[in-house]
Amino acid sequence: MASIKMRANVKDGVTTIKALISHPMDTGLVKDKKTGKVIPAHFIQEVVCTHKGATVMTANWGPAISKNPYLSFKFSGAAAGDTVNLSWVDNKGEKDSADAAIK
Amino acid sequence: MTSMKRRIFLKGSLATGAVGIAVSTGLLTPRSAIAAWSKAAFEAKDVNAGVSALYGSAGMADSDKIQIKAPDIAENGAVVPVSVTTSIDGASSISMFADKNATPLTAEFNLGPSTEGYVSTRIKMGKTANVIAVVKAGDKLYSAKKEVKVTIGGCGG
Repeated sequence: MASIKMRANVKDGVTTIKALISHPMDTGLVKDKKTGKVIPAHFIQEVVCTHKGATVMTANWGPAISKNPYLSFKFSGAAAGDTVNLSWVDNKGEKDSADAAIK
Repeated sequence: MTSMKRRIFLKGSLATGAVGIAVSTGLLTPRSAIAAWSKAAFEAKDVNAGVSALYGSAGMADSDKIQIKAPDIAENGAVVPVSVTTSIDGASSISMFADKNATPLTAEFNLGPSTEGYVSTRIKMGKTANVIAVVKAGDKLYSAKKEVKVTIGGCGG
């Protein structure tokens, strides 16, 4: 289940992470047009990014993050060739994680 | 008397039913990581309640050291790109609120010590509203806002 597309680029000591995650991010408010039933809430709650065992970013998300979420942030202290790991957990307990080498 | 008992019985069965649903949807999964996710904050109905639930106080100071980059007019409320940049020293948390959403808190980002004061993501907005960015640095809260006009809402069917 490769749900994460991630890029990590370092420039002048600052690493920029850009990630796209495939996820429906259902709010629990929308009705299915065919069946008329409410689609239950299904959204990512937590995204964690680590670099060399240290957490650089923990994002807590609500259902108001758009479908197929995009996330970008920056941190310092990493070098080209290092690996960063990004993982997410949703409200149903589903999860995924991916590694990317910093370029 | 019988009707009283019946009432208590109904209450009891309703309560266990709710817990059962919570367990089956994974809301009560015993994971320490999930514990950080503030249910009260994400279900708060207005911005101040959300900020209080998230940070423990709602006392915010307006700051010009927070820049919100978002479109003036969003054609599609389901996808509104928002970037928050802050130059406040020691920023440890950035959160984003859309004040007219049913639950205004959209996201909270905990920054590590080496993380820059910058996050970018895409949020859903029900209607024209202010996007409010709240930054926590030390024990203090700072905020800034920007109005985004939404022509098609993104929170309902």
